[in-house]
Amino acid sequence: MSRDRGRETRFGLLSRYAVSTGSTATRDERKEEAKGRRVSQGALRRLGLIPLLALAGCQHAVLNPAGDVALQQRNLIYASTGLMLIIIVPVLILIVLFAWRYRKGNRDATYDPKFDHSTSLELVIWSAPLLIIIALGALTWSSTHLLDPFRPLDRVAAGKPIDKKQVPMLVQVVAMDWKWLFIYPEQGIATVNELVLPVDRQVRFDITSTNMMNSFYAPTLAGMVYAMPGMRSTLHAVLNKPGEFEGFSANYSGAGFSDMRFKLRGVDAAGFARFVSDAKASGRSLSTPAYLQLERPSEKVPAIRFAAFQPGLFDKVYNRCVRPGTPCMSDVMMRDQRAGGGDPHDMRVGSGMPQGRDTAEPPRGTKPKGALFKDADEIAPAPNVTKERKPGAPGSTQPDSPRNRDMSFLLPTVPGIARTARG
Amino acid sequence: MIDPSLLKTIFGRLSFESFPIHEPILLVTFAGVVVMGSALLFAVTKYRLWGWLWREWFTSVDHKKIGIMYMILGIIMLLRGFADAVMMRLQQAIAFGGSDGYLNAHHYDQVFTAHGTIMIFFVAIPLVVGLINYVMPLQIGARDVAFPFLNNLSFWLTVAGALLVMVSLFVGEFSRAGWLNYVPVSNLQNSPDTGPDYYLWALQIAGVGTTLSAINMVTTIIKMRAPGMTMMKMPVFCWTALCSNVLAVAIFPILTAAFALLMLDRYVGTNFFTNDLGGNPMMYWNLVWIWGHPEVYVLVLPVFGIFSEITSTFSGKRLFGYSSMVYATVVITILSFLVWLHHFFTMGSGASVNSFFGIATMVISIPTGAKIFNWLFTMYRGQIRFELPMMWTVAFLLTFTVGGMTGVLLAVPPADFVLHNSLFLVAHFHNVIIGGVVFGLFAGMYYWFPKAFGFRLDPFWGKVSFWGWVIGYWVAWTPIYIVGLMGTTRRVRHFEDPTLQPFFIVAAIGVGIIAIGILAFLIQIAVSIRNREALRDTTGDPWDGRTLEWSTSSPPPAYNFAFTPVIHDLDAWYDMKSRGHERPAGGYRPIHMPRNTGTGVILSGLALVLGFAMVWYIWWLAVLSFVALIAVTIGHTFNYNRDYYIPADEVAEAERASLAAAGA
Repeated sequence: MSRDRGRETRFGLLSRYAVSTGSTATRDERKEEAKGRRVSQGALRRLGLIPLLALAGCQHAVLNPAGDVALQQRNLIYASTGLMLIIIVPVLILIVLFAWRYRKGNRDATYDPKFDHSTSLELVIWSAPLLIIIALGALTWSSTHLLDPFRPLDRVAAGKPIDKKQVPMLVQVVAMDWKWLFIYPEQGIATVNELVLPVDRQVRFDITSTNMMNSFYAPTLAGMVYAMPGMRSTLHAVLNKPGEFEGFSANYSGAGFSDMRFKLRGVDAAGFARFVSDAKASGRSLSTPAYLQLERPSEKVPAIRFAAFQPGLFDKVYNRCVRPGTPCMSDVMMRDQRAGGGDPHDMRVGSGMPQGRDTAEPPRGTKPKGALFKDADEIAPAPNVTKERKPGAPGSTQPDSPRNRDMSFLLPTVPGIARTARG
Repeated sequence: MIDPSLLKTIFGRLSFESFPIHEPILLVTFAGVVVMGSALLFAVTKYRLWGWLWREWFTSVDHKKIGIMYMILGIIMLLRGFADAVMMRLQQAIAFGGSDGYLNAHHYDQVFTAHGTIMIFFVAIPLVVGLINYVMPLQIGARDVAFPFLNNLSFWLTVAGALLVMVSLFVGEFSRAGWLNYVPVSNLQNSPDTGPDYYLWALQIAGVGTTLSAINMVTTIIKMRAPGMTMMKMPVFCWTALCSNVLAVAIFPILTAAFALLMLDRYVGTNFFTNDLGGNPMMYWNLVWIWGHPEVYVLVLPVFGIFSEITSTFSGKRLFGYSSMVYATVVITILSFLVWLHHFFTMGSGASVNSFFGIATMVISIPTGAKIFNWLFTMYRGQIRFELPMMWTVAFLLTFTVGGMTGVLLAVPPADFVLHNSLFLVAHFHNVIIGGVVFGLFAGMYYWFPKAFGFRLDPFWGKVSFWGWVIGYWVAWTPIYIVGLMGTTRRVRHFEDPTLQPFFIVAAIGVGIIAIGILAFLIQIAVSIRNREALRDTTGDPWDGRTLEWSTSSPPPAYNFAFTPVIHDLDAWYDMKSRGHERPAGGYRPIHMPRNTGTGVILSGLALVLGFAMVWYIWWLAVLSFVALIAVTIGHTFNYNRDYYIPADEVAEAERASLAAAGA
């Protein structure tokens, strides 16, 4: 580990703290900060003893990240581990020591069967962990607020404050079964399973999912955030090094989960412009039918670039109304509220749904009938799930079929795309 | 040809294709089960044991026998859950560099779901409940639990749930939605198969059993303590059992409700947890984790109690800081309700909410830390005998402390953002569950086995088992901690990065070492039964114990105590011994005892049939078994033949026999 990195390790988290409170920090806060710095320095020295640091030398994303947020999270792991080792190491030593010293065979050790209470010892054994937890709790409170994924960043990297005039670049992330769709609304392009980011530029990710619950995770960039159907979550992050990294879903989401990976590429500004123009030149458009086709379950999907997508796609995805004719959740909720006279505490839930909502098709195929309401004819026999099944059966795919990767319906040159997309 | 609609009316969605006959692994397992099962059935028939099993065991309402049956259930299910673990480790060790391993996604996903479900619901819970069942009434000087029939019913309902899970191995499939059957994966739309239904019915049936058992234990501890045993003179194990069961009473209804709502979604077509039409999957996550986190303490608190008893006994000292131990237990019980959100910091609750739950989680480490110190100072100035239970205790102290530390690390939300769902997290909870709960259960089994059977377990094979588990644990989980820190996440079936493979191979070797530990444990039981005369304990107090269970003979008579003891001190039996207590040799009276009943077995059998029928949409059978369930329940209320007296002569004879054995 180089000397520079070492310094970064020590002050990474705290210098961000300093920046954030720079103008408003009271003296107490500054004192607190200085104390925190001492603690984390001491903690890190102690850490040298454990093999964690040896690992930091490896090219592994969590401990050697390329993004500033992930770096601060890594530093926090070191600092809190160090804090806890202050009490854990003596306890481990005492366990071995007492177990050995007071073994029955040892005639030298004192035997005092009546020793079962000591107020001063009790004070120590309750207050020592308490003190550690107070320190760790303070660290937790401040770091949780500083590294809140909803919060825009203060710095691009250690010592490099962010340009306040520049708004974060927006990337909209859609987790699909089982691939990732990245929409670049400012650039007007979209990609599948490939996330290209300009280095040292703050990015705001808006994240949702079409069906399963996933977790958007590129360990080298920043911590993970859930991708949930019908909901939008947010992550602010920055990538500091050019290069190619791994990203994936960190939350189990069904059969194709293990292959739900994407390439994260960090490029400079010129490289990013090249990427955008490449995508524009691809000629593929993510029209509504193409999107609906893409949304269907598929695995090991190769990286795809789109020159265009239908406007407002992301909003429609998380309001679950991409399929023409489905009511958007936001509209339904607005009408619910209106039905209650606009009072936010008097939502008439359900009244905003259009007539006959039970018969309206939900976004993903037909809603299955509850088992109890099925006639005998409607009960489908249940072959074992490990058995190979018909393609297109709901909720399943043939895991190893090359059909999964066949994205030819997206190519404008393939005749009959409209028909395929409807099917 | 038969009308297909008629077939569906009779068999629901069950068809020949539902059997996994194309899966060689399952076929071989099935063949093994059939061969071993028939051998067992043949042996029982040949030696005419059916009547004995039915009268003495299956229908028994004796808390000791029910406790032993719980332990047997837990150990059998441990073998199944461990087989799943071995399959996962093998898969992850070989599935590298384009290889898909030997399990396809549908199979692998079932394996990890079944592993988690079985290990928590059908291994950890039965073993913990079994020990509490056996030991707690003896420790408080009671003759049985408060509701003996309910105890029998609870056990058999748990068995019915376990059987339903086992049936899913060969008929249909198990859930592929993770050990808590997460939506949206388990929604009807995404999993129309029988897997989630098997999961839901098995756990609902077993859950009723666990809830009833918890009510039973709480009542027993509150109402049936021997005279003189105030709450603060109760053994720590009983305190932890009380807190654990109070927790269980509070949380299991939440789980039952969450599962019931998911059942409504799947069977009636409601939209509680669906993605559309107003449903919200996150609601399910909240509900199951409001159950899930306290559940950890339901399991670990009694184990803390076991360690307290063992440390005190084998150090030859009173427990250090008894009252601080009790308060720590109570504090943990209360705090455990305030931390569930730490299972999904990454859901986007906002910084203040996350900090609150993170800090609340850390605060739990204070009373837990105090407990560790209390055990430490119990050993201080003691004379520690390193018998097997004490060896497990020291291994626990060292292992669990590390697990506690990684747990607090995961409670720091920004750190959790990178470690959540990672193998670091998986290693952490195996660290506390193996290093805490499993080690504690083994310690408890070794400690109380001589009480239950009247002979000790063979120490040689016990040591092999001990070292197998302890070394195996560290070899298996250290590499998993490391790959977790490298950013590897859980439930992944195959990997891209070849540098990870050595770690998974080491982990697979570790599981092999644990397998030696399990095998040695089974050999140990067989060897000990064969050498039982050499290992015999006639005193009833082989470890120089301190609590009441050691005051009676081993195994204790059906009535536990010929005379209800009167308690003057915390370590009641130690107190009695130091005052020169002598077991009374006369003046016996008839003892009032509950009578055995087969209703528990019948009700649970019907519940099993009901669950199976509902899983496969066999409506006529479901209706029939449900009506039968109600009818048998009502019928049982008219059973007035519920109790009997053990005549004074019989008591006198039993007492004389054990006194003679002790004197010999």
